[in-house]
Amino acid sequence: MESLLANFLAKYNYWVYIGLVMIGMYAMIAKRNLVKKIIGMNIVQTAVILFYVSIGAKKGKTIPIIAHGHEDTGHHAVQALDYISPLPHVLMLTAIVVSVATLGVALALAIKIYRQYGTLEEDEIAMRIEDQ
Amino acid sequence: MSAHFPGLVIIIPLVAAFLILIGALLDRRLAFPLTALALLGSLLTAIGLLVKVLQTGVVEYHLAGWAPPVGIAYRVDHLNALVLVAVATVAFVNLMGTRELVKGLFDDRLGPFYTLYILLIAGLQGIVVTGDAFNLYVLLEIAALTGYALVGMSEGRAPLSSLNYIFIGTVGASLYLLGVGYLYLVTGTLNMADLAVRLPALYPSKVVVSAFVICLVGLCIKMGFFPMHAWLPNAYSHAPDPVSSLVAPLVTKVMIYVMIRMMLFVFTPAFAFDQMAISEPMVWLAIVAIVAGSFMALSTRRLKRMLTYIIVAEVGYMVGGFWLGNRLGISGAILHIVNDAIMTLCVFLSAAAIISKVGSDAIDDMQGLFKKMPVTMGVFVVAGLSIIGVPPTCGFFSKWYLISGAVAAGQYGFMAALLLSSLINLVLFFRIFEIAYFEPFHDHHGDHGHFVSAVQEAPFEMLVTLVVTAVLLFALGIYAGDIVSQIIDHAIPVGIT
Amino acid sequence: MRSLALITILLVGGLLFYGTPDFPAWGDPESPASLHVSPYYIEHAVEDTAVPNIVTAVLADYRGYDTMFETAVIFSAGIACLFLLRIYRRKSTTTRLYRHNLTGITLRIAKGGKLPEGSAEFERIDSLWVPYDMIIKVTSRLVVPFVQLFALYVIAHGHHSPGGGFQGGVIFGAAIILYAISNDLRRAFRRLNEKAALLASAVGVLLYAGTGLLCLLLGGNFLDYSKLADLLHTDAIMARSHGILIVEIGVGLAVMAVMVSLYYNLSSAGRHDEGL
Repeated sequence: MESLLANFLAKYNYWVYIGLVMIGMYAMIAKRNLVKKIIGMNIVQTAVILFYVSIGAKKGKTIPIIAHGHEDTGHHAVQALDYISPLPHVLMLTAIVVSVATLGVALALAIKIYRQYGTLEEDEIAMRIEDQ
Repeated sequence: MSAHFPGLVIIIPLVAAFLILIGALLDRRLAFPLTALALLGSLLTAIGLLVKVLQTGVVEYHLAGWAPPVGIAYRVDHLNALVLVAVATVAFVNLMGTRELVKGLFDDRLGPFYTLYILLIAGLQGIVVTGDAFNLYVLLEIAALTGYALVGMSEGRAPLSSLNYIFIGTVGASLYLLGVGYLYLVTGTLNMADLAVRLPALYPSKVVVSAFVICLVGLCIKMGFFPMHAWLPNAYSHAPDPVSSLVAPLVTKVMIYVMIRMMLFVFTPAFAFDQMAISEPMVWLAIVAIVAGSFMALSTRRLKRMLTYIIVAEVGYMVGGFWLGNRLGISGAILHIVNDAIMTLCVFLSAAAIISKVGSDAIDDMQGLFKKMPVTMGVFVVAGLSIIGVPPTCGFFSKWYLISGAVAAGQYGFMAALLLSSLINLVLFFRIFEIAYFEPFHDHHGDHGHFVSAVQEAPFEMLVTLVVTAVLLFALGIYAGDIVSQIIDHAIPVGIT
Repeated sequence: MRSLALITILLVGGLLFYGTPDFPAWGDPESPASLHVSPYYIEHAVEDTAVPNIVTAVLADYRGYDTMFETAVIFSAGIACLFLLRIYRRKSTTTRLYRHNLTGITLRIAKGGKLPEGSAEFERIDSLWVPYDMIIKVTSRLVVPFVQLFALYVIAHGHHSPGGGFQGGVIFGAAIILYAISNDLRRAFRRLNEKAALLASAVGVLLYAGTGLLCLLLGGNFLDYSKLADLLHTDAIMARSHGILIVEIGVGLAVMAVMVSLYYNLSSAGRHDEGL
């Protein structure tokens, strides 16, 4: 039981991201307003970003910017253990930009849909499609 | 310069995209020539790359000068090069064939259209040649974003279908990214070759198993594999015609290529086929996909929608053929990727020509078209025969490999599904041929209420392109044996029988 | 729908949860993710590229190809919004509101009516009109230059502090959007019109891809900045550092232009005459 609790507390970042993915997907499927669905999509992408960023964390270490970096290039022995891993941060910069771009295109399509049907509720749009 | 071919095949379309936009800001008519030039350059580079791979073997290219796993590496082997040539050919042929249609639909936004077009192709070609798992995600997102925008630009239900496509597609891509994250978590690297080296030591780990499943689910969503195909019929049938003939042949096939690459080269066949033991369920799902796709195609009387359901069935062919697990089945799947790309291009292009001249999408409005549009209908007949699987068109040969693979693996259900699907395709296409040939042509109202009286043949450029695709279908059929023995045989790892 | 949603998310959650027992603990320095490639970046970034900010070094040099495509993604998002939404209209088909500056009288010009376009006495106001707010306008006018300056600082100091092209570009774009929100959309158009924004975005990404192409023509692989050493009259390591700066500037320019272009298209729904 104690090891289970210790296990839980040691990895709670993963439970958080799983919870966020589930919340985001629920919003995407169950909500009827298109903008709420778009926000749900954004939550799913944010959850994946959080997961990656938490991979690179190291307890108590500092950010990956080498202090006094310019003066002693080569003399100062840089210990990899002192800095958090930079690779997940780099990857997630890309993922954040991708999520913003997807958000932009989704909003543009939502504006087009609004222009066409006059509403953003999915069931009303379905009714208007049937009438046409 | 030939050492740089793997990079050039993507840099040419990419740089051209920005130049097209700048050129279009100056003069709108510059957009098409620049695009044509860039895609021609990309096609020639792709062919050069294939020749080089055939001569010297695997080609590697280290971007930014750093060797993997520190930097990003491109790795082109026989599988890549073949799919790359197919993608480049479809892109170029479609560009030339839909020129008139595009001018009619998007005249005031030619610059942005061709920019998005060529960025889509750059993304797809990048997916095919890359050897880095995260780079694949970025390229996947470029191809997806441009695809969403191109598909959504039409009246009617296009924006809503495209928005649903965005939702489902983003979930698929996020699942793929999550799978790559799981793999990174336990290996520390993103390079595909490096992952293949490091993963076998970790195989019983639950993380690797769940990474496998998550990646597979994400890819199946993006390729439109039953039951995650719901976005495909709406998105592709409501999209504008010149866009349908671009995305329908390419996007799903490239995703199937990604699945083959991940399964054969990252998770080695020993893991994917033997340890995971999901080959049987996947083949059964493929059987359901084929049967469901074929029956849904029977149920609709709109031309483009019928064709999109045929695509769902074709995806079932390829996925089922791959998961048969033997050399014949996988060869059939890879050959079918190339064949299906050209077949789908041919059939969607002729459908675009027909719809633009007749004015409506309904099959019942296609009466007497054989007399009015003989060349277009001739090409449509050839494409239909290829989809049915009649020799010497290419469709017959890939079906032959798939059926042989099914028999060799003992999967008689899959063989039955393939034959059933061929039968249903026969019914589908001969229904159209009958309406187009035997029913007398008479002036009738098109779908939008305008009086369609003088239906004439498609513009000359489009006819030339259609005939070229029909010739390609025959050529791929005649050389199918060569393609399999020279290229595909080397693409599949040695251990598979 | 609700039950379908619940079943789906439980399945997905279960699938994601299944792998977690074998995960390394959070913050474990010996986890496999931090052992293979990352130590190479940390230990060799400064001696390879002379850039102390390891994230920038990895982003723009080791994995610079990803970043170029990321810039292409944001570029294509801007073009996609333009493609989807833009309505090019010659005549105005909606009613417009004008206000006479001296007397404060509001005129409503109906469809197709004659418009007092260039007259200095009349000011065009938005249909969703908010009262003239001096505090917001003056404060924004004071703040915008400093925001822009900070944005340039963030781009230029990406080598030594957290920052870089994307962050600085977004801040710069936010400054222009602040100007557009506090004043009129049309005033922002006068400062940075649509064609200039598109041109800037294309030039920005072209700067990135062009640098890479230049490296290819000078004999290296694509984006191998060390080959720029002769062109820049320094050694290979400083050439990498300068190459990173050049591409960061390209990225900042592209991101700024695309943010502004996205705002223009989304807030005016493609019409480019009235905004938020």
